[in-house]
Amino acid sequence: MRIQVHPILEFKKGKKISFTYDGKTVEGYEGEPIAAALHAAGVRVLSHSRNFKRPRGFWCAIGNCSSCNMSVNGIPNVRTCVEPLQDGMIVETQQGKGVIGGVPGE
Amino acid sequence: MNKAEILVIGSGPAGLKASLSAADQGAGVTLVERDLFLGGQLVKQTHMFFGSREQYASERGFKIAEKLTAAVEEHPGVRVLKGAAALGYYDDNVVTLEMKGRVVPVSYDAMIMATGAQENTLMFPNCDLPGIYGAGAVQTLMNVYGVLPGKRVAMLGAGNIGVIVSYQLLQAGVEVPAIIEAAPEIGAYHVHASKVRRMGVPIYTSQTVVSAHGTDTLEKVIIVKLDGSWQPVPGTEKELDVDVLCIAVGLTPLTEILFQAGCEMAYIPELGGHVPRRSAVMETSVPNIYIAGDVSGIEEASAAMVEGTIAGLTAAFNLGYGRDSYDKKIAAANLELDALRKGPTGEKIRTGLQNLKRTVEVRQ
Ligand SMILES: Cc1cc2nc3c(=O)[nH]c(=O)nc-3n(C[C@H](O)[C@H](O)[C@H](O)COP(=O)(O)OP(=O)(O)OC[C@H]3O[C@@H](n4cnc5c(N)ncnc54)[C@H](O)[C@@H]3O)c2cc1C
Ligand code: FES
Repeated sequence: MRIQVHPILEFKKGKKISFTYDGKTVEGYEGEPIAAALHAAGVRVLSHSRNFKRPRGFWCAIGNCSSCNMSVNGIPNVRTCVEPLQDGMIVETQQGKGVIGGVPGE
Repeated sequence: MNKAEILVIGSGPAGLKASLSAADQGAGVTLVERDLFLGGQLVKQTHMFFGSREQYASERGFKIAEKLTAAVEEHPGVRVLKGAAALGYYDDNVVTLEMKGRVVPVSYDAMIMATGAQENTLMFPNCDLPGIYGAGAVQTLMNVYGVLPGKRVAMLGAGNIGVIVSYQLLQAGVEVPAIIEAAPEIGAYHVHASKVRRMGVPIYTSQTVVSAHGTDTLEKVIIVKLDGSWQPVPGTEKELDVDVLCIAVGLTPLTEILFQAGCEMAYIPELGGHVPRRSAVMETSVPNIYIAGDVSGIEEASAAMVEGTIAGLTAAFNLGYGRDSYDKKIAAANLELDALRKGPTGEKIRTGLQNLKRTVEVRQ
């Protein structure tokens, strides 16, 4: 869901590109945050809580809270609300704490 | 190691003004911002500002951000680092930054903290369901990236932020079935509140959200009336079908690095939580660490700009810059601050600042 016309604002969008989200191809605009592109495509569940596996969406949208952490190009815990989207990115719902530098968290 | 004469952290209205005022006095400024663009909260504000002409009244927030950002980027005395998040404080005036996945230490002679604030959450069953978002987050998604948060959005909190974001949702074509406020009165300025009411949005005072429901994402919330002692009145539950609930129940200063640096802090509810003690010219208890804007107490962009000016001038002065013009410029800034804080709208901040001063007196 994108705003088509706005009384005050004009949105400068980047190039239209595609990326994959859990294996599915999704379109978005280059440079916008990954979470914005996902939200525009109707994806609102970005992660699951560690202990109770409850669904999580974004909360702050400014990189403060880590509610939007996902795995991007194999790197876990990327704050998708601030990470700029690039063509061909592989975005995945993260399971557990993720693996940093080859050391599993869970 | 990277050296900064004056290191400014955060580029909202406070940090931008702090950078400009210090650099104008001749000091060398390094401004770091974790976002990829400058402006802080201002970039998402589409409404006109109140306040005096010095603080850009009747201009839209994002336009003010554009002006200040251009001035900072063109200033030969300011080096700007974007995509640089300050991570932590180390002894001997060192702060580490995260830039492009690397940790970069920077040493400074003076540091001005202008990190702003984070939004408060609220506890109720299922308050973590996707679709329950901070009001600022919704504003960012909508006004910066042009993405709609949902189709039907309820707002929790009728302070300025809640009411202004409701108006902006309507502007973007989103349905707002209700603004819900636990207090018996609306906190927002009346011009804003009457604007949304005229557009058909009811503001329910003395009511709150008791629970949220939905599988995977938000589908509805249950609201309830509150009695005189803020307790739910049984039998008054009402269902509201919404796909988004916006939470606008206040902000908390982002003070982690100040705690780490050992600045003396005090808990002042009127200022939004723990805030650093400060001198009249915005220096904390740790010499050469200054504060400005929401991190020093939740207020408004207009006051954040003046505090930024004061912190910038003082940091520069204490390093030997702009000694001749200092007194005059500080006096002018103080007059502006007093004007902004007078009257009933300034009461909360005046009380907060008085209470903060009192904690210092008690300690001594
Ligand atoms: C909906 C809404 C409406 C408002 N309306 C008005 C109004 O009409 N008039 C008015 O005067 N005020 C208004 N305000 C309030 C005003 O926006 C804030 O008071 C003001 O932006 C505070 O300025 P600041 O510079 O302290 O912080 P911010 O604008 O929050 O900027 C802080 C900056 O610091 C950065 N940062 C934080 N931590 C780090 C770190 N560790 N490293 C690097 N960078 C960091 C952040 O990314 C951010 O860019 C409104 C606010 C909202 C949300
Ligand atoms: S939503 Fe808070 S960090 Fe992304």
